[in-house]
Amino acid sequence: MELNILALCYLLGSISFISGLKMLSNPATARKGNLLAAVGMGIAIFGTIFLYEENGAKLGNYAWIFGGLVIGTVVGFLMAKRVKMTAMPEMVSLFNGMGGACAALISIIEFRHLVHVDPVVYASGGYEFYSSLDGTKLLIILLGLIIGAVSFSGSMIAWGKLNGKVKDFSFKGQHIANLVIFGLNVLLAAFIIVARPEETPLFFYVIIFLSILYGVFFVLPIGGADMPVVISLLNSFTGVAAACGGFLYDNKVMLTGGILVGAAGTLLTVLMCKAMNRSLKNVLIGSFGGGNASGQPGVAMTGAYKEISLSDAAVVMGYANKVMIVPGYGLAVAQAQHVCHELEKTLESRGVEVKYAIHPVAGRMPGHMNVLLAEADVSYEKLLEMEVANEEFKSADVVLILGANDVVNPAAKTDPASPIYGMPILEVEDAKHVIVNKRSMKPGYAGIENQLFFQPKTSMLFGDAKKALQDLLAEIRNIG
Amino acid sequence: MNQILEWIALHQEMIYVVVLMIFVGIEVIGRVPSVLHTPLMSGANAIHGVVIIGAIIVMGKAEQDNVPALVLGFLAVVLGTLNVVGGFVVTDRMLEMFKKKK
Repeated sequence: MELNILALCYLLGSISFISGLKMLSNPATARKGNLLAAVGMGIAIFGTIFLYEENGAKLGNYAWIFGGLVIGTVVGFLMAKRVKMTAMPEMVSLFNGMGGACAALISIIEFRHLVHVDPVVYASGGYEFYSSLDGTKLLIILLGLIIGAVSFSGSMIAWGKLNGKVKDFSFKGQHIANLVIFGLNVLLAAFIIVARPEETPLFFYVIIFLSILYGVFFVLPIGGADMPVVISLLNSFTGVAAACGGFLYDNKVMLTGGILVGAAGTLLTVLMCKAMNRSLKNVLIGSFGGGNASGQPGVAMTGAYKEISLSDAAVVMGYANKVMIVPGYGLAVAQAQHVCHELEKTLESRGVEVKYAIHPVAGRMPGHMNVLLAEADVSYEKLLEMEVANEEFKSADVVLILGANDVVNPAAKTDPASPIYGMPILEVEDAKHVIVNKRSMKPGYAGIENQLFFQPKTSMLFGDAKKALQDLLAEIRNIG
Repeated sequence: MNQILEWIALHQEMIYVVVLMIFVGIEVIGRVPSVLHTPLMSGANAIHGVVIIGAIIVMGKAEQDNVPALVLGFLAVVLGTLNVVGGFVVTDRMLEMFKKKK
């Protein structure tokens, strides 16, 4: 009876995940969808705690289980509540890493269980004991371990990189080293499954080490525009790792949830790669932003750029017919979204048409800018996707770039040696005038110079985005 | 060959679920507008926290005297809970900002 109720719990959980994810892909129902999935998760978790039994035995160690649940809930809740909007992407990456670590730990415990379960059998049978292990189970444990561990260490590095604690790092032949580590890992795992050598436990721990190492090396050299892709990919990895657990325990809700996320995450990753005109393979071997010398900026740009004063900028924008705003990470860092919305309203009250051009990878995550501007009550209709925006630039009088750099760098179109060559960009040069707000002339996240800043129609407005926008707003109100 | 067929036959139920779920996963997010990419990723992130169930099972089965299993299992439960709770709360906070259109 109780097991049947548990089966029902799992069914409800699975349905809630699927419909929750479906609702999440529509702005009107998204929040409810998230809530629905959360409720389904709760049902599945508490069903497991109270109803799960194996060979007639219920689960024990309730103190440990509830202790862990309480600690995890309190810490997770506080972290998620306190994090700033700008730090949202690295928070997602961090939580993703926790999930990966959880999957890897499960594999480790199950492996120890498998190997050390019966010391007597082990002692009498020697290493031949290993050959009696269930191959399928071993395969799934190893899969869960490798994927979970890679996802864990990779997410930790991604987290560190996004909050600036970890710097880009690469050495010559890094992608070959990556491939070697990966190949070695697969070979070891295959060797364990096929041959069952005496050193099986040793090899198992070597695999843990190699997987963590691979995750680190896999993410370390990747910089700039590729970060969102990596997080999305690691997200789907963790999904697959969770599904391995579902196989292991013949648990349908883990299987459905894990595979669902694995498939959806992979699709999202591929879509992002397409948006940046890069292949998943390139991202995987980590060739972006370095590794080979040609990826580094060869010549420093030395041309002259011109600055624009606040009052000039105010006049140019205040008397324009159409202004397009290109937000980037600088806007997020400065928390300038509300001022930005103010500026938009002030300009519109003067009869200026204002629109936002959103690059798919502006900021540190796809949709980062949309979330940020939505927080400031900017309406959806004003946010243009790249293709539409590129048409609209032609009729715009002024483009105001707020802390965006790589996504407007013309090198992506003109310079085959540039690491971002081939990435579609916002073609802001089509507008009559370009005003760039940046804190300094420092290059963007991908570490390359931007020719745009040196063009005749471009003028620079230095300063923190929030401060600059506030001053600009005051000036525009002044011209009456 | 025979072994492979046998393996497939033995696990066919699981394999069906996997195959169908792959299609469902792709279908479900196929038409997502780019505005929702970040929340969707975050929501999916919370959903794979379902791995917590495995952690609970492992923890609940651990023998009282098996200290490594208890400690590792406990850690797994904590990390899994972080993934679930943090993931859903972060997603909710993001979506909170998508208030009604003006």
